[in-house]
Amino acid sequence: MPIVVKRKPLNLLEKLYLPEIARGLAVTFRRMFEKKVTLEYPEQRPPIPEGYRGVPTLVRDPEGREKCVSCQLCEFVCPPKAIRITPGEIPEDDEHANVEKAPKEFDIDMLRCIYCGMCQEVCPEEAIWLQNQYSMSGYTRAEMVNDKAKLYELGGTLPDEHFKWKKKKEASRSAGDHH
Amino acid sequence: MEISDIIIKTIYAAIVVSVLMGFCSYAVLAERKVSSWIQGRVGPNRTTLPLLGSIPYVGRFLTRLGIFQPAADGLKFLFKEDVIPAHVNKLYFVLAPVLSLIPALTTVAVVPFGYFEHADGTITNLVLTDINVAILFIFAISSLGVYGVVLAGWASNSKYPFLGGIRASAQMISYELAMGISVLPVFMWLNGPGRDGTLSLVDVVNAQGGGLWFAMWMPFSFLIFLVCIFAETNRLPFDMAESETELVSGFHTEYSSFKFGLFFVGEYAHMIIGSAIIAILFLGGWHPLPFMTWADFGVTGWLSAVLSVGTLLGKLCGFLFFFMWIRWTLPRFRYDQVMKLGWQMLLPASIANLILYTIVIYFIDAP
Repeated sequence: MPIVVKRKPLNLLEKLYLPEIARGLAVTFRRMFEKKVTLEYPEQRPPIPEGYRGVPTLVRDPEGREKCVSCQLCEFVCPPKAIRITPGEIPEDDEHANVEKAPKEFDIDMLRCIYCGMCQEVCPEEAIWLQNQYSMSGYTRAEMVNDKAKLYELGGTLPDEHFKWKKKKEASRSAGDHH
Repeated sequence: MEISDIIIKTIYAAIVVSVLMGFCSYAVLAERKVSSWIQGRVGPNRTTLPLLGSIPYVGRFLTRLGIFQPAADGLKFLFKEDVIPAHVNKLYFVLAPVLSLIPALTTVAVVPFGYFEHADGTITNLVLTDINVAILFIFAISSLGVYGVVLAGWASNSKYPFLGGIRASAQMISYELAMGISVLPVFMWLNGPGRDGTLSLVDVVNAQGGGLWFAMWMPFSFLIFLVCIFAETNRLPFDMAESETELVSGFHTEYSSFKFGLFFVGEYAHMIIGSAIIAILFLGGWHPLPFMTWADFGVTGWLSAVLSVGTLLGKLCGFLFFFMWIRWTLPRFRYDQVMKLGWQMLLPASIANLILYTIVIYFIDAP
C-alpha cells in the first residue's frame, strides 16, 4: 500500500520565489562561517581506530627479544604470497638460544600485501601485527619491499609481559634441563 | 587626432585590460574560495612562491588565502596539451574562444570607473571613451559574446557541445529582450523633456549623485536587470550552455588548455563587466551613499580619483560575491523553465514595469 504524501499547495509568497531565494541565501551565508570540515591531510591525520589493520609489522617483546621464531606459518597462509622468510639459527651462546630459530631475512612485499591480517591471525607468537600505519609510498618496486630492519622499525615493542620463552628457559633450568 | 593621443589611449587601454584580466584571475580564486567556504571546506591554500611565501606570518597568511593560486592556474592553462580533436572544424574551433573573449574585453572601453577632480574644479571622467551611446554599445557588443559560444558548440561537431550552443543562443535571445526593456525607465528619466538627452554611462552615474539611486525608486527594473545579467553571463542558475551535470560541460566540452582558459576568462570578464554595469546603472556608480557624493565629503584631487574608483570596485566586488553566492544557493533551472521564466514572466514584467514608469515619469515631469 503506497503512502501518498499530500503536498501543501504553495502560497503566494512561495510562488513569487524571491522570498524563498532570500531564505536560501541566508542559509548559504550562515554556512560560510561554520566550522570547516576539511582535514588538511599531511599535516592533520585522521584518528586511527583501535584494531586498525594497517601495514604489517614485526614486534619485539618488552625485553627487546624479537618475537618471531621463523615458523613460516604467515608465509604459508599469506593469500597473495607477499611474505618471504629465510629462517636462521640462533647461536648457542645467545641469551635467547632456547628459542632455537629466528628469521634471518623477513621480507613483506607491500605491492602484494592485501592487508587481510591473516598473518597476524595465524601467528602463534603474536610477532606480526597490522598496526596503524596506512600510507606507504616509494619510487621503485624494491623500495616497496619491507625488509626485516624496516619491519622492526615500524613495529616497535609489544607491551605485553608474557615472556613465554624466558619462563620456559627458567623452568627447564630449575628442572635440571629435563623440561 | 595626434599620434601622441593614440599612444596615450593605447597605454590606457592596455592598463584597463590588464587590470580586468587581473580581476578575472582573482575572480576565479574568489569563486573557488567562496565555493569552498559555503561548502564547509577551506579552498586552495597550498600554492606558494619561494620568496613571498617565506615572509613570516604574512607569507603564510597569503598562502592560506590562496593569493598565489591564480599564477599556478594560469601557467597550468598555458602548458597543458592543447588538443584539437580530429572531428572538429578547425578554423571555427580556434576562432570560437577568441570570439567569446573579445566582446567582453571590448565593452570595458565605455565603462566609466571614476572621476578625477582638478584643483580648479573641472572634472575628468576616468573612462576610455565616453561615447554618448554607451549603453547601446554595451548591449550590442556583449551580445556578440554568444557567437563564441554558439560557434564553439557547432564547430566541436559533437552532440553535447551542440546542445550547449543551442541552449545558449535561445537563452541569450530570450533574456536580451527583458534586459533591454528593463533599463528603459532609467534612460527615459534621463532623456525626459527639458533634460540633455544622453545614453552615456557617465551621465547615468552623475544623475544619481546627490539623489536617490535608481535601484531605490526603480526596484523592479533593478531586479529584472539583475536576473537577466545572470542569464546573459551564463551563470547559475542559468548556466544552460554549460550545465555540466547534463551536457558534460556544454559548449567547451571539446576544449582544453589555453582555449578553455580563454572561455573561462571570457566568462569572468563578462561577469565583471556585468557587475560594473549594474553598479553604474542602478547603484550609484562611484557615489558612496545615496544623497551623498564624494564631493560632499570635501574630497578633491587624487583622493577623489582613488576613492571613486575604490567605491565602484567595491560595489563590483560585492556583485561578484553575489554571483558566487547565488551559484551555491540556487539549483539550475530546467531548460523549459528558463524559457518560461524569460518569455512568460520577465518579458511581461519588464513591459509592465516600463508602462508603470512611463506613467510615473510623466506625472513627475508634468508641468
